[in-house]
Amino acid sequence: MSIRVQNIVKRFGNFVALDDVTLDFPQGQLVGLLGPSGCGKTTLLRIIAGLESADGGQVFLDGEDASTAHVRERQVGFVFQHYALFRHMTVFDNIAFGLRVKPRKQRPNAETLRRRVHELLELVQMDSLATRYPNQLSGGQRQRVALARALAVEPRVLLLDEPFGALDAKVRKELRRWLRQLHETLHITSIFVTHDQEEALEVSDQVVLMNHGRVEQIGAPAQVYEQPATPFVYGFLGAVNLFHGRVHDNQLHVGADRLPLADNGFPADAEALGFVRPHELEIDPDPLGKEGITARVARVLALGATARVELTGANGQSVRHYEVELPRERAAALQLSVGQSVRLKSARIRLFAPEPQPAGRTLLPEGSLIGVDGEGI
Amino acid sequence: MTANAILVPETDPAVIHRDQGRYCCAGRWTLDGGIETLDAQRQGVNWGSGALQLDGSGIRAIDTTGALQLLNLIAALERDGRRVQLTGLRAEHQALLDLVRERRATAGEARPAPPAWNGLERLGRWFSRHLSHGIEFLAFIGEAATALGRLALHPGRFRWRALLGNIETAGVHALPIIALLSFMIGVVIAYQGGQQLKIYGANIFIVELVALTLLRELAPLITAIIVAGRTGSSYTAQIGTMRITEEVDALHTIGIRPMDLLVLPKLLALIIVLPLLTVFADLFSVFGGMVVARAFLEVSFTDFLDRFAQVVTLTSFLLGVGKAPVFAAIIALVGCYQGFRVRGGADSVGRHTTISVVQAIFLVIAANALFSVILGGVGLWR
Repeated sequence: MSIRVQNIVKRFGNFVALDDVTLDFPQGQLVGLLGPSGCGKTTLLRIIAGLESADGGQVFLDGEDASTAHVRERQVGFVFQHYALFRHMTVFDNIAFGLRVKPRKQRPNAETLRRRVHELLELVQMDSLATRYPNQLSGGQRQRVALARALAVEPRVLLLDEPFGALDAKVRKELRRWLRQLHETLHITSIFVTHDQEEALEVSDQVVLMNHGRVEQIGAPAQVYEQPATPFVYGFLGAVNLFHGRVHDNQLHVGADRLPLADNGFPADAEALGFVRPHELEIDPDPLGKEGITARVARVLALGATARVELTGANGQSVRHYEVELPRERAAALQLSVGQSVRLKSARIRLFAPEPQPAGRTLLPEGSLIGVDGEGI
Repeated sequence: MTANAILVPETDPAVIHRDQGRYCCAGRWTLDGGIETLDAQRQGVNWGSGALQLDGSGIRAIDTTGALQLLNLIAALERDGRRVQLTGLRAEHQALLDLVRERRATAGEARPAPPAWNGLERLGRWFSRHLSHGIEFLAFIGEAATALGRLALHPGRFRWRALLGNIETAGVHALPIIALLSFMIGVVIAYQGGQQLKIYGANIFIVELVALTLLRELAPLITAIIVAGRTGSSYTAQIGTMRITEEVDALHTIGIRPMDLLVLPKLLALIIVLPLLTVFADLFSVFGGMVVARAFLEVSFTDFLDRFAQVVTLTSFLLGVGKAPVFAAIIALVGCYQGFRVRGGADSVGRHTTISVVQAIFLVIAANALFSVILGGVGLWR
């Protein structure tokens, strides 16, 4: 079933949770709604489910306006972050509950019901634990039961609200892969909310990035990662180094330093923000070179195949930090020592025009930022 | 500027000094230029009095923090009654200074604090808040009533097992405490009343006193209050917890009305159980009165029961028991309603449980008063 939300607006008091959101969720796809906490992604999911009502806008399920339909009529399967299993029922009863309470005409007979529940238990690989109670299960197992319970009523859409948010890193990874496999077998239209960019990029067919109640970018995981449309998306999908300067003669002037640029559409002398991922920065050990940002090595961390070099900017007035990721061999060849002066260069600088930020909005998600290089005055 | 000059840490800190009668600012007025020492430096300079000129041409670099410091310096000097003229500042430094001055003015302008609420406004807010809660509660009652109507049409869908479970926990498990408390109430009423009756030798009237007070008023009321504290609060806590764990939302999504599953069995169970508990409380409280009458008032059990049969009409008994279903409905509806109002975290469950008990007891006593007025009005209260 395809889902379309159109011009959805939702306010909580003065806080705008969703600001005129229009989105299409195509049939059979697994779409990840990604954004920092408070960006409205869960609210949007709850509005699609009918658990929350929008202040404005419509929800279309299969082209039909379902805005006023009750949750029960929308036939959605919903998986909650904290499982929301019925504590006093066994795993079997939890899954069977949705079928048992149907009106008598639609209710399956005992034999069909038993078979159906066992099918679902097999699907979520929990068949041996049918008689357990939720508090006898681990978090990952509970979430699988919750998923089976959501699937039992044969939903037309599956909505997952941070399904792995309460699980530890290892179980998360396992369940992620498993969810993807499950989606390949069932092909039910699914929307899944997360604030973990890795999770969203790994599991989804399409990623929708949200911030402050607005959609920032929509696209396939590779596309949003490779071609972020806004500074926010750039910062949210991974660590970034940020250089603030002016474009002049195909160079980004940052204070007294210059970074060569590829072709860019920026007018001369325009203010610009240059974004570079840690693995796209290179270290030039010659501090006297003409190009690149001057910096001092603060720490070298060699972990596994890559080495991470943390640097402190030596240009301009305020304290900045940069991060460079490079192959371990390359790091060894450079023979970096703490305190050494180097220059940072990159062949892949992504430029954005700094936009005036309305009050209360942040350009970048907290914590994603490694370095901000201010213009020297 | 050579590349070396960039790499070597700057050793050109911000300074203020007096040079042949002129006051000069020099160095790098930046965060890493040592501007934190400027306050101390200002104290060390003899500024004289009256007008003075501050020469900013020696400033090599300035950032917003430095500009703020410069503005603060000027402000501090002017506060002491001097007139300060800043000269020689580079154009770009002047621009930053102007920007900071302008922005600081807007940032510093606090909005006038909202006037403190006066009594009338507080009353108005209190009233409108409670009014909206009242309307919500009425809506909830309406919803429960339609759910009951649906149940009457499709009794097959009712969850009988949940009803029986609720009857057991709300009724059977409450028997010991109700027996004990109502017995003690009976003892107290008989003892206090008996002290007065004894003065006039009207010992036998203890029967009227005990029977009418307890059967009509106290037994139903005490039972309802105990049940509100025991059961009403547990309804709130149970539904509230289910809201927090999103189980209520989960019920919606798998096609179950929480009203049918969570409210109706509780409501009906309490309506069935509370009258029975009231009869039970009647028995034990009157028995408490009998014990006191025999021990202190020389009224034997036989005399007591003889007179009891004469003076206590069936109406008195039924009026007391008849109030119980109404009290039950109040307790169950308030308890469930407060449970559904839980939002957010565990503290909310505790808060709403308290509210639920207080409101339920308040409404039960208010309803009891209303019963007295109405039944007195139609003459049943003789």
